[in-house]
Amino acid sequence: MIEAKNVTKRYGTTLVVDDVSLRLPVGGITSIIGPNGAGKSTLLSMISRVLPMSSGNVLVDGLDVVTTPGDVLAKRLAILRQDNHLTSRLTVRELVTFGRYPHSKGRPTVKDQEHVERAIQHMGLEALSARFLDELSGGQRQRAFVAMVLCQDTDYVLLDEPLNGLDLKHAVSMMKQLRTAADTLGKSFVLVLHDLNFASCYSDHLIAMRDGKVAFQGRSEDIMRPDVLRAVYDLEIAIQQINGDWIATHYR
Amino acid sequence: MSADRVAVPARPERTLFILGCMATACAVLFMLIDVGGQWDFVLPFRGKKLATALLVGYAIAVSTVLFQTVTGNRVLTPAILGFDYLYVLIQTCLLFFLGSSTVVNLDPRLLFGVEVLIMVAFSGLLYWGLFGGARRNLHLVLLTGVVLGVLFRSLSSFLQRLIDPNEFIFLQDRFFASFNNPDQELLVVSFLVTLGVSVLGFRMLRTFDVLVLGRETAINLGVDYQRTVALILVLVAILVSVSSALVGPVTFFGLLVSNLAHAVVRTYKHELILPAAALVAAVALVAGQVVLEHVFAFDTNPRVIIEFVGGLVFITMLMRKAPG
Repeated sequence: MIEAKNVTKRYGTTLVVDDVSLRLPVGGITSIIGPNGAGKSTLLSMISRVLPMSSGNVLVDGLDVVTTPGDVLAKRLAILRQDNHLTSRLTVRELVTFGRYPHSKGRPTVKDQEHVERAIQHMGLEALSARFLDELSGGQRQRAFVAMVLCQDTDYVLLDEPLNGLDLKHAVSMMKQLRTAADTLGKSFVLVLHDLNFASCYSDHLIAMRDGKVAFQGRSEDIMRPDVLRAVYDLEIAIQQINGDWIATHYR
Repeated sequence: MSADRVAVPARPERTLFILGCMATACAVLFMLIDVGGQWDFVLPFRGKKLATALLVGYAIAVSTVLFQTVTGNRVLTPAILGFDYLYVLIQTCLLFFLGSSTVVNLDPRLLFGVEVLIMVAFSGLLYWGLFGGARRNLHLVLLTGVVLGVLFRSLSSFLQRLIDPNEFIFLQDRFFASFNNPDQELLVVSFLVTLGVSVLGFRMLRTFDVLVLGRETAINLGVDYQRTVALILVLVAILVSVSSALVGPVTFFGLLVSNLAHAVVRTYKHELILPAAALVAAVALVAGQVVLEHVFAFDTNPRVIIEFVGGLVFITMLMRKAPG
């Protein structure tokens, strides 16, 4: 279980994440939603030790992320942030193989190779696996990075806007793949999502943030309500139930 | 599938092999050209020069490639952190306060040891001052380095103006890159130090590869980022000390070598890129020395050529990076 206790991030006098305490459920998909600047990505970065926190602490299966050695955590928790630019040229397969680094320390075994192939297949990258990353579109590159993180084979996978730059087809297939991984492999995903409807349709648990605090959390039907979303986004959002999913229409 | 396989890179191993052959050819040429019968004098004399050139090339190549990996930037070199001018400043201060007669009589190994210590302490200080707290901004470190580099340079030239002109000439002799007067003991010590650094670095080759993916991904994959970066900066400081002690500051050479190596090998793997860079450096330095000795008849200084070509490459790279 991931547990955040009084986590705060301060830049000068500006509070970006304000004393957040949170238990993220084990298993399934948890999505963090909220307007720009609500502190979603910052919270995710602090949980995954990529960004130091101003105060508070985070426990992953009881391990404090600040004091636990990085290579121990890397086998339990994986994070993918938004912008990943590289200075060196490497192929999709090479990138995905890096996902095995926590296990193989750069000397992949046959078993590691199997993980790599499975992740490449899982993200539908077979045809692209020998291509260089700088020759791919933004969405294809995004999928390659997600494949790397999946290849890390951790219990917890944190993805910051995994749908960024993906077209509809690939966004749907990405969410389906995450759903499958959660259901069949028992992994826990924590996503930052901007698309309310993807969040609503695929998540087991929603966390709505605003002004650095957790404003609401609960299941889709608890969060996908006009009054709740108005409080989060300052926007009138109509909610309809279509085929059992709660769908927000906020385009007009 | 076949259409996607267009961009398969040339085999880096083959490129390495070719570079190795070129380096060997240059070395043999350097040793054997125009010997004129005096083998027992020429071979050890040239051997020492060759060893200096190879060692310096290796130190500059490895330090620059590692530094660029840490900073994730192909335009930066250790010189930008003010490392090599710190070395000049140390030398100038020694001369200023002790006088050339004392400096000449000091054990060069002791002197070198002290200089390396100061250099490493400086890199440690820079690291701690800027990474130690909550801040961990590499660009801030670099900016500080640039400013300090200018400070070191100005301070040295200020001190150099104050000292006796004779002492200044003595000092200038030490800084102008040349392989003609290597100090044998210094050479041995430098070799041992470089060997030590290489053994340490060799065990971390795969970790260097992960650093290429950037700070956040490296942390995600379990690399102790701060410790690794600190260690690399120390290794870089030691290697820069080695090359500066042997031939003085050679600002642009590392930039040339590292970018050339990346251009011919095109890989993120340090087990390939580091030897490639070292070999490119060896070829450039040894071939350069052959040309210098036999074409220009010692008329010009290698640094002049390096700075000239390096400056051009630097400007070209900046222009290419500029938008539009």
